[in-house]
Amino acid sequence: MPAVQETVERVKRIDVDQYRYGFETLIESDKAPKGLSEETVKFISQKKNEPAWMLQWRLEAYRRWLTMTEPTWARVDYPKIDFQDLYYYAAPKPKKTVTSLDEIDPEILRTYEKLGIPLREVAMLEGVEPKVGEQDPARRKIAVDAVFDSVSVATTFKAELKKAGVIFMPISEAIREHPELVQKYLGSVVPTSDNFYATLNSAVFSDGSFVYVPPGVRCPMELSTYFRINERNTGQFERTLIIADKGSYVSYLEGCTAPQRDENQLHAAVVELVALDDAEIKYSTVQNWYPGNSEGKGGIYNFVTKRGDCRGNNSKISWTQVETGSAITWKYPSCILRGDNSRGEFYSIAISNGFQQVDSGTKMIHLGKNTSSRIISKGIAAGKSQNTYRGLVTAHRKATGARNFTACDSLLIGDKCGAHTVPYIEAKNSSATFEHEATTSKISEDVLFYCIQRGLSQEEAVGLVVNGFVKDVLQQLPMEFAVEAQKLISISLEGSVG
Amino acid sequence: MALLEVKDLKVRVEEREILHGLTLTVNEGEVHAIMGPNGSGKSTLSHVIAGKPGYEVTDGQILFKGEDLLEMAPEERAAKGVFLAFQYPVEIPGVATMTFLRTALNAQRKARGESEYSTPDFLKKVREVSKSLNIPQDMLKRGVNVGFSGGEKKRNEVLQMALFEPSLCILDEMDSGLDIDALRIAADGVNALHSPKRAMVVITHYQRLLNYIVPDFVHVMSKGRVVKSGDKQLALELEESGYAQFEDAA
Repeated sequence: MPAVQETVERVKRIDVDQYRYGFETLIESDKAPKGLSEETVKFISQKKNEPAWMLQWRLEAYRRWLTMTEPTWARVDYPKIDFQDLYYYAAPKPKKTVTSLDEIDPEILRTYEKLGIPLREVAMLEGVEPKVGEQDPARRKIAVDAVFDSVSVATTFKAELKKAGVIFMPISEAIREHPELVQKYLGSVVPTSDNFYATLNSAVFSDGSFVYVPPGVRCPMELSTYFRINERNTGQFERTLIIADKGSYVSYLEGCTAPQRDENQLHAAVVELVALDDAEIKYSTVQNWYPGNSEGKGGIYNFVTKRGDCRGNNSKISWTQVETGSAITWKYPSCILRGDNSRGEFYSIAISNGFQQVDSGTKMIHLGKNTSSRIISKGIAAGKSQNTYRGLVTAHRKATGARNFTACDSLLIGDKCGAHTVPYIEAKNSSATFEHEATTSKISEDVLFYCIQRGLSQEEAVGLVVNGFVKDVLQQLPMEFAVEAQKLISISLEGSVG
Repeated sequence: MALLEVKDLKVRVEEREILHGLTLTVNEGEVHAIMGPNGSGKSTLSHVIAGKPGYEVTDGQILFKGEDLLEMAPEERAAKGVFLAFQYPVEIPGVATMTFLRTALNAQRKARGESEYSTPDFLKKVREVSKSLNIPQDMLKRGVNVGFSGGEKKRNEVLQMALFEPSLCILDEMDSGLDIDALRIAADGVNALHSPKRAMVVITHYQRLLNYIVPDFVHVMSKGRVVKSGDKQLALELEESGYAQFEDAA
């Protein structure tokens, strides 16, 4: 069945308030005391058995954070967050050390099943420790480092990655096992002092993924992490660090969903990417956190700092994102094009419906010679939502021959939503070539009627038109995600017309 | 048997009445031409039959195969066999024509409780039909009507008509924007679909189109009513004398 149609069928099965992933799992949590203080930071560090340097790093960030104020420049509106009223750490209570999937709390595994992540299936098919030569080569492999609340519960495919020399593990483990790599790169792209939320994350991050791909290695599989918030009132502070050493390649997929609840939840992740000479990193996200109910109540605050550093010559970093969830999104995956001839890409689909507020975009900072960047942004606003693209393209004095192409398209569904485009363009040398194209259009009644006259329902018609609108970006996603994303797009627009 | 019965239909758009009691009966297998000057209500009639939003039916009724058409959602009407070939077919960027055809066809089949087409069956059917209409396969891979010439757009409408096999085809100003060659190709496509079970309603300003699609009946509309009906001779007379004579009759 074509994906569009499948989408449409799924849409039909869902009611507005029945957020598909809105369920909770009954598992006891190991919580830090409520509120934020040096004690909280120490508690987290201790829980993670961290070395002293890591605790020091966190405490410095915490002290810096105390001097900072929340940014207010984004086009988003929300009640003031009481940072002392949140829990900063929650982990499912470990029964014992996990060596195989069988030892994982079956409750957690069931949660993943509901989410449609075939962790158990994958483990059974492939074996937790897959034997060499027994795998079906036709099956595209995805390694899943599953993050449940804040602790990674299971890591699959570790063995095979190890053979290739790729390090893929929870960052808490990397801090203990590969301190030299972590110390060298952590905070080197997003410094602890970078911004209010990144600094907060630096102080209290609980876990996340760490990837290191050694020189010349093409990572043998897509790396994928599924994040999930489960603990009431617990902010999620994920920290991801990916390093692609000289001449290596890695593709990383991140997808997330969160359960339904009334209180708003804070999510302030930091992702740092480092690409050395001739290396390439492709980072894809499908973000589907709980967006709040039909009255605009609840939903996740998603304040994320994502930045990639094309540190080496001829390096390349590509961000692809499909943002459909969260009550508020504040997110600008960026590229620092430091190496000569380096290239940055940003492909984005941002959908807002109901009362969602999205302020998202990218920064392309051209520092090296002959650097190039490409931005394709598709914003879709429906319901009473506000959708802003905010982007910066800048060429440094020495960045001769810098090139950028930007295309921002916005689509409005209905007449109560808003789309805004805020591009900043700065060229500090005369040889830079920057192109910017922007369009805003309304989904046309004539187009919808044409589809409906041919037998499609109103929602099927909207799904079809929107999937066509975002096609250029969907094509950038790895196959597994493209299908999922296509479904998600129609699901998130359900109830937006008529 | 009567396929479409429009009885004393009155239609408003916003506060203005466009159709003031229109009556028309179309039987299976017949070809009807509806002619009339701009603003006589021809397109309004086609839109109301297809169920386009924005029109308010204040009186009268429309029966399709004996059922109340006005009670049905537009997509239900499509599934029951009402097809409107648009005067200006829209462009849908990013949606491949092939995908569109398949999605629409399967939506209609599903609504009728029929099984959906499998990919090979569907492809076979599309190839057959598009070949007979001189539509290159390449065109089917492009976005729906995106960058199509006027002739290609109309052929795409005829292609859908052939694929969906409707029992009532309404062709709204099919000749607009077509040169003679393109018109002939499109008209040949339409004629090939002629069958004893299928009726056609051809809406046009000009007699020219009726040289290619020959009607059994010709109706002249003026000011929201059918003011004269006859056979194809009537169209030729109109060509000679124009619409002015009917302005007063209405």
